[in-house]
Amino acid sequence: MLEWRRRREPSKAMLYLSPLIAIGLTMLTGMLVFGAIGYDGLRAVTAIFITPLIEPQRWADLGVKAAPLIMIALGLAIGFRANVWNIGAEGQYVMGAIAGTGVALLTHDMTGWWILPAMALAGILGGAAWAAVPALLKVRLQVSEILTSLMLTYVAVQFLYYLVRGPWKDPDGFNFPQTRMFSADQTLPAIAEGSLVHVGVPLAVLLALIAGFVLSKTVAGYAVRVVGRAPAAARHGGFDANGVTWAVLLAGGGLAGLAGLLEAAGPFGQLTPQFPVGYGFTAIIVAFLGRLSPVGIVFGALVLAVTYVGGEIAQSTVRLPSAATGMFQALLLFFLLATDVLVRWRLAWKARPAKVAP
Amino acid sequence: MTAAILASIFMTLAAAATPILLAGLGELVTEKAGVLNLGVEGMMLCGAVAGFAVAYSTGSIALGLIAATLAGVAAAMIFALLTLGLGSNQVATGLALTIFGIGASSLIGAGFVGRTITRLGPLFPADYAAHPWLRLVFGHDAIVYLSLALVLAVGLFLRRTRAGLILRAVGENADSAHAIGYRVLAIRTAATAFGGALAGLGGAYFSLALTPMWADRLTAGRGWIALALVVFAAWKPGRLLLGAYLFGAVATFELQAKAAGWSFIAPEVLAMTPYLATIVVLTMMSLGGRTGGRDAPACLGKPFPAS
Amino acid sequence: MSTIITRRTLLAGAAASSALPLFGARAQAPFGVGFVYVGPIGDHGYTWTHDQGRLALEKEYGARIKTSFIENVAEGPDAARAIRQLAQAGNQLIFTTSFGFMNPTIQVAKQFPKIFFEHATGYQRAENVATYNARFYEGRAAIGTIAGHMSKTGQAGYVASFPIPEVVMGINAFHLAAKKVNPNFKTKVIWCSTWYDPAKEADAAKALIDQGADMITQHTDSAAPLQAAEQRGVFAFGQASDMKAFAPKAHLSAIVDDWSGYYIKRVKEAMDGSWKTGDVWHGLKEGMVKLAPYNDAITPAARAAADEVQKGIIAGTLHPFTGELKDQKGTLRLKAGETASDEMLSKMDWYVDGVQA
Repeated sequence: MLEWRRRREPSKAMLYLSPLIAIGLTMLTGMLVFGAIGYDGLRAVTAIFITPLIEPQRWADLGVKAAPLIMIALGLAIGFRANVWNIGAEGQYVMGAIAGTGVALLTHDMTGWWILPAMALAGILGGAAWAAVPALLKVRLQVSEILTSLMLTYVAVQFLYYLVRGPWKDPDGFNFPQTRMFSADQTLPAIAEGSLVHVGVPLAVLLALIAGFVLSKTVAGYAVRVVGRAPAAARHGGFDANGVTWAVLLAGGGLAGLAGLLEAAGPFGQLTPQFPVGYGFTAIIVAFLGRLSPVGIVFGALVLAVTYVGGEIAQSTVRLPSAATGMFQALLLFFLLATDVLVRWRLAWKARPAKVAP
Repeated sequence: MTAAILASIFMTLAAAATPILLAGLGELVTEKAGVLNLGVEGMMLCGAVAGFAVAYSTGSIALGLIAATLAGVAAAMIFALLTLGLGSNQVATGLALTIFGIGASSLIGAGFVGRTITRLGPLFPADYAAHPWLRLVFGHDAIVYLSLALVLAVGLFLRRTRAGLILRAVGENADSAHAIGYRVLAIRTAATAFGGALAGLGGAYFSLALTPMWADRLTAGRGWIALALVVFAAWKPGRLLLGAYLFGAVATFELQAKAAGWSFIAPEVLAMTPYLATIVVLTMMSLGGRTGGRDAPACLGKPFPAS
Repeated sequence: MSTIITRRTLLAGAAASSALPLFGARAQAPFGVGFVYVGPIGDHGYTWTHDQGRLALEKEYGARIKTSFIENVAEGPDAARAIRQLAQAGNQLIFTTSFGFMNPTIQVAKQFPKIFFEHATGYQRAENVATYNARFYEGRAAIGTIAGHMSKTGQAGYVASFPIPEVVMGINAFHLAAKKVNPNFKTKVIWCSTWYDPAKEADAAKALIDQGADMITQHTDSAAPLQAAEQRGVFAFGQASDMKAFAPKAHLSAIVDDWSGYYIKRVKEAMDGSWKTGDVWHGLKEGMVKLAPYNDAITPAARAAADEVQKGIIAGTLHPFTGELKDQKGTLRLKAGETASDEMLSKMDWYVDGVQA
């Protein structure tokens, strides 16, 4: 008989292998399920998971889609490591975009190199300010940040709706609910002439490297881990748990806010009611896909980007409905979360009754 | 305003409140056991599509309601298997369940778009509800009465029964409950299943009673409102009832005011009030201190055994 | 992109190059037509009508074309990616069917100067980007006429989404037509602030009925307002496609979008090389807007009047917006006998007297 046994140490091998097992299981299940309901399962799975990777034309799309996910997930992962459950990154992402757009609208007839950095700064501050509310309530009143950060997301989205339908509506936009387009000085430059890839994409990867360094090599990173794993020990060791809570929430909010501003000033070029597409929630999944490690998050974000881009390819080639993309993402997550158990547990043959020692 | 209109407004209000009351009540029990399932919207959609598919195929609303409940339980069991069985993170799993529910319901429902059924009608014969005031009492469909009865039942269960006490103990301190000999995971699985059942039923209220049809994302985000309501209600069934009807009242009066031509506050401000109110209630509870600690399950969202 | 140019060049030289089997096979590659949809296709409503247009293309041209589509595309960068994907997949004509696809369409079109794009309901054009839209307001004038005749309370309820010109001109056209029949007619509007939330749309319809409306019309996407009308025993009109199935008694008619004629024409032009950019705004006359079959409940007088309005619009003798016309604030918008220009319509942000919005 097989039985589960707890590992003494989390398995390093399984830490890296389990995401691959999850992806393999998703592809297999997807193939069977969609084959069973009358689609070409093999072609569907190939279109979703393989085509985006082997067609160079799609790589830029993957980078653009992954960049905001990487940035938000980094901030979340730092918090999750400290046992701080900010699940309202979507709201911080929206508030960052709103703050940055505020600067853009104020400077719309100005020119200068400083405008874009000012917008980015406003974006970071906007996101951090929105995360400061759950931080304050958590530190001062012990209110669960899970609930407050989630509730604030809906407030932020409604605030965005109010602005783009009211005071910020483009005066030349035929009454459509959207802000005016950003000027050239307010738009993210591409990494190369004619490329779709804006500077936010390499920035996201750079931030991941920095976060990796901070988390593993600095005292601040150590404090985050200690507070997350053993709050009591952290107190004895002189680590300020409240300070860590503040720091990780502000960092998470700031990163989400920056991601929001970069998305507004990059691919969108304006704010519209369609701006919130759920990156803040998807990033939670990315953080777990990446096992809360910055490098892992870069790959996790790429995997999710592949499913989005591949889902559209599967639609136009195999005529797989768009709902199937969601199913694939959900399956991937389920398998990923399920295979996580392999990191901490292992399957073993049930031990025979121990022989009596002579 | 005549009695007929007032009665009609209240009927609309009750109908708007019922699905979020059901889903919220289920989630309340789940959370009381210490499990945070953010997949309410996904479970509601599973219930909505299963209810409609079965009601359309068999012609029986009752069978549809049963199917919806079972579909909600099935979705909740995916969540339970992962979080309780394999110890995965509840927040991430709940979000995944929502994504799953949206996708699965859309795939299953594709063949039912554009079909119609006879909606769930009032429980009592029309003679009982001839007068507008009587209609307030006798004019609702069975699910409205069921939801009210369930509020009472859950309230009594949690406060007055031994099983309810055990369920709360599991949510307050899973380790102690385990030490006394209670089967923490089994109890949490049961609470999660109950949450799924009521979310499924709440979802089916859309596809079988409110808007008898299937369309993608039919519940349009009500699952998230149900989640907010549970916190707003400080995990108390009575307050949940109040909160759900308050939500229904605000939504209904907003539309009535617009129809009557009264200018009203910006719709966006109105739409954010349930969430702001929830934060305010959370803050007040903590400031009050006395009730705060007792009502929010101390182990909410934490895995057992701790990893 | 280079592969596309090659394929197009080969297509032009198809007959000549048939000596080479490989080229011959590629040259017969069907003409690719792509569609980007904002919603799921379903079996009624706005996106469905565009997909009906796509199916009409397949029926018309058979193996000579190959259509593909991407549904449920979010308006924004995701749309740009979807459009680009269709362009890179070898489609030579791409229809983007929602207003929010405007900037993405223009942006992608710049990268693919050899591919033709058609954007529905927008106002930005380019060498290779044409726009097209339907004069839905002409249909609204016809159903407004029916409502004016059929309403006993003299009140209609309008379940609306957002006050953009498209919706505002629909409300005004509906009301003006009803008012022509019944000078005391009232049209009450509820803004739902959403295109799609069935339960809220239904509740909005109920609120309007509670306040005395016995005609429900809508500019939102779901069939829920019709169901509410059916339940309460009043009449209603469908949106974008025939929605009779949802409300057999209440459904008097519907404004039906029919894109197939335009799509067939544009694909032909793109295939024979005569495609040019432009801006098309077609209505009842061209058949892009139609009325769904009348319900038997419509009285002969109402039927005749609605037919008369349609005939007048088709013949060009009747314009739904004809002066003298004042808005609610009393500002003169059209002088006696003057008709509204297309520019005035496409920027409309005022309501005529008798509309409560």
